[in-house]
Amino acid sequence: MTAMHCLRAFQGILTREALRFLQQRERFLAALVRPLIWLLVFAAGFRAALGIAIIPPYETYIPYEVYIVPGLLGMIQLFNGMQSSLSMVYDREMGSMRTLLVSPLPRWYLLACKLTAGTFVSILQAYAFLAVAFFFGVEAPLLGYATVLPALVLSGLMLGALGLLLSSAIRQLENFAGIMNFVIFPMFFLSSALYPLWKMRESSPWLYEICRFNPFTHAVETIRFALYGDFNPWAVAITLGSFALFLSLAVLGYDPARGMMRRKGGA
Amino acid sequence: MSAPKSETRNAAALNVEGVRFHYGAKPALQDVAFTIPVGTFTVLLGPNGAGKTTLFSLIARLYHATHGTIAVAGHDLRRAPLSALTEMGIVFQQPTLDLDLSVLQNLRYHAALRGMGKKDALERIDAELRRFDMFERKHEKVRTLNGGHRRRVEIARALLHRPRLLLLDEPTIGLDVPTRKAIVDHVHNLCKTDGIAVLWATHLIDEIAPSDRLVLLDAGRVRAKGAIADILQMAGTATIGEAFTKLTAKESAA
Repeated sequence: MTAMHCLRAFQGILTREALRFLQQRERFLAALVRPLIWLLVFAAGFRAALGIAIIPPYETYIPYEVYIVPGLLGMIQLFNGMQSSLSMVYDREMGSMRTLLVSPLPRWYLLACKLTAGTFVSILQAYAFLAVAFFFGVEAPLLGYATVLPALVLSGLMLGALGLLLSSAIRQLENFAGIMNFVIFPMFFLSSALYPLWKMRESSPWLYEICRFNPFTHAVETIRFALYGDFNPWAVAITLGSFALFLSLAVLGYDPARGMMRRKGGA
Repeated sequence: MSAPKSETRNAAALNVEGVRFHYGAKPALQDVAFTIPVGTFTVLLGPNGAGKTTLFSLIARLYHATHGTIAVAGHDLRRAPLSALTEMGIVFQQPTLDLDLSVLQNLRYHAALRGMGKKDALERIDAELRRFDMFERKHEKVRTLNGGHRRRVEIARALLHRPRLLLLDEPTIGLDVPTRKAIVDHVHNLCKTDGIAVLWATHLIDEIAPSDRLVLLDAGRVRAKGAIADILQMAGTATIGEAFTKLTAKESAA
């Protein structure tokens, strides 16, 4: 194992993810249309119902569709993370995950490559969405389109690591529908993606507490602040911490000496 | 490829010793031990559920054995897993190609995982595809290939990095008789021409050639192992089919 070998393997994994992504145009379209429906339909309805007070990082009153853009970027990455997870469970059942795992490289490295490649794809989707939103008149400061990049990398890695962890824990493809109900929807709705948390506190202190502990809230806030050239250290720290936790657990889950792969039906 | 160390040069292609494995409380493999000498074709014969796929997963290091040691070309799977994996080419029972990518894209992905440079990879891909008569289909999507062709691509892929041990887990499953025969013959030739050691798992007795070595696995235990002639003599039967019935029946009656 050499540095050159590691680099070549990473290039190979990234190329495969990119090729697969390009081949699946429906997936790209779905990834784009889903947040656009929120932006153009839901936001129009909610706009009347919700007033947004001036809260950081915003400096003026903002229309609702501006508020939800970072949340929708988070949603794109959340879906992408779960989609990778689904394809890994599928690959494990079908076998192509094995091809990866029997490569003569440390397993944590192979998983990290897979995660990075998935994050790369999610960032492409996020920028495509930002471009379309811009076209519909939902704009961020120009510089924000650059400063949001590191935030998207971090949130993409965190949500991708969550997907990796889930893929190591899910036995069969059939169980995947449960993920939709018990992970994606609660994570999305119980966060600051759709409404600011102070609004949530007004209606239910309990829900507010749950939202505050949701790592997705912090991923969204990291993106929100970065999109306005601002920095939210608390949100970044929690997103980073969640990333480290999810990735460590996922590596344990794929460890040959323990975890999922051992059980009958797995691997 | 650097020259192998002298200690590993003389080592068996595969050495399995005292391997045990449980799925929960249910034992899947018990004290499995056998050796595959360099350049031989060894058939791992056993009925469905004998533990062949479990044994393959352990040798491929998808997970560790509960007890025992496995060494590939002298490299212990636990102490030097990366060296051991480098020496191995694996064809799993389920197809593992990306259907929407071309044959070339699939093979280049594998070459990258094995750390091969672009030039070396392209040369090896061409050479192996020619050998398996698949060169003309290099740019076709795998989805458009039939089962036999997909298998050939998978075997070609497993050979790209010049492994010393080739593992195949029931590679002819779902193929028609002529295709099966062609693939069986092809892999037998590999042993002769390239000196590769092969472990071929199957439950089909007609895939065995008279010169092969055999490991007979039943209910997680090795019932017999060695050259075909020796096993026939030991069992006192004329054919492997009879030997198989006799050796597995004796144990289940005991």
